[in-house]
Amino acid sequence: MAVRREKDGAPGYTLTTLESLIAWGRKFSLYPFTFATACCGIEVMGAFGTHYDLSRFGAEVVRFSPRQADVLLVAGTINYKMAPVLKRIYDQMLEPKWVISMGACACSGGFYNNYTVLQGIDKILPVDVYIPGCPPNPEGIIDAVVRIQKIIETGAPRAADRWPIK
Amino acid sequence: MSIVLDRLRERFPADVVSTHSNFGDDTALMRRERIVEILAFLRDDPELLFDFAMDLTGVDYLGEEPRFEVVYHLYSLEKKRRVRIKVRLHENDPVIDTAVSVWPGINWYEREAWDMYGIVFRGHPNLKRILLYEAFEGHPLRKDYPKAKRQPTIGPEE
Repeated sequence: MAVRREKDGAPGYTLTTLESLIAWGRKFSLYPFTFATACCGIEVMGAFGTHYDLSRFGAEVVRFSPRQADVLLVAGTINYKMAPVLKRIYDQMLEPKWVISMGACACSGGFYNNYTVLQGIDKILPVDVYIPGCPPNPEGIIDAVVRIQKIIETGAPRAADRWPIK
Repeated sequence: MSIVLDRLRERFPADVVSTHSNFGDDTALMRRERIVEILAFLRDDPELLFDFAMDLTGVDYLGEEPRFEVVYHLYSLEKKRRVRIKVRLHENDPVIDTAVSVWPGINWYEREAWDMYGIVFRGHPNLKRILLYEAFEGHPLRKDYPKAKRQPTIGPEE
């Protein structure tokens, strides 16, 4: 028997799980830590600026302390001398944490196939999302943040959970 | 002929291997034994006054003997002259006296030449790598450094 319902302003209720509620909160409050070493950093600034406005996705609070950040955004060339610094910053971040590798250099060394450049930060860190490009445009960064949100939303395993790749 | 090279030949006849002034660039190839004395003379001689050591580089002539070369680029702010002093070093003994006592600013150039070519500057106050890190293996600008060689990734210091 159908019950006639009217809009009476009552809040009603919804059923969910604690995990999905937390995931919903996390998804819209990603605090990025930008590790910008090269021209990719300029594109990151563009993405955080008013024109592309990454704050639409809840990721506008750039934290310059790794202890307050959720997402490590590696933008630029990482050489062997810089690698321990980057690893330490990753270690200092609190769980749960995600890593975005931005640009050709961070993903694979780019065209710096030489004696001093690390051939991809995935040699030392678990990377969740790669952004191709040299440098990628701000839409790429927005796409990466949305993909991180999808990982959180669906509860998909993070790269850190299957690291190191055997 | 150039007054700089003339003064050098006159003062150190036994140390000059060869000289040339191609395109107006005075260049002297010297022996390494009295190099500090030669450089101090170039700095102090009232006709030369090379008070500015612009650069010091290494060169690797792989396959030749002597294999390595150290090049000093000097400039005189007073006389507005330039000169290049070259010294060849053997592969099994790439050692030369440091010129820090002549120009303190040459300190970091010598460290760079040690870093990139493995040329030892005897008596240098702080002959450590300047651009690369301490755990780096080899000297990357040597021509026999393997192109695809990768360095061990070091972790955070504990």
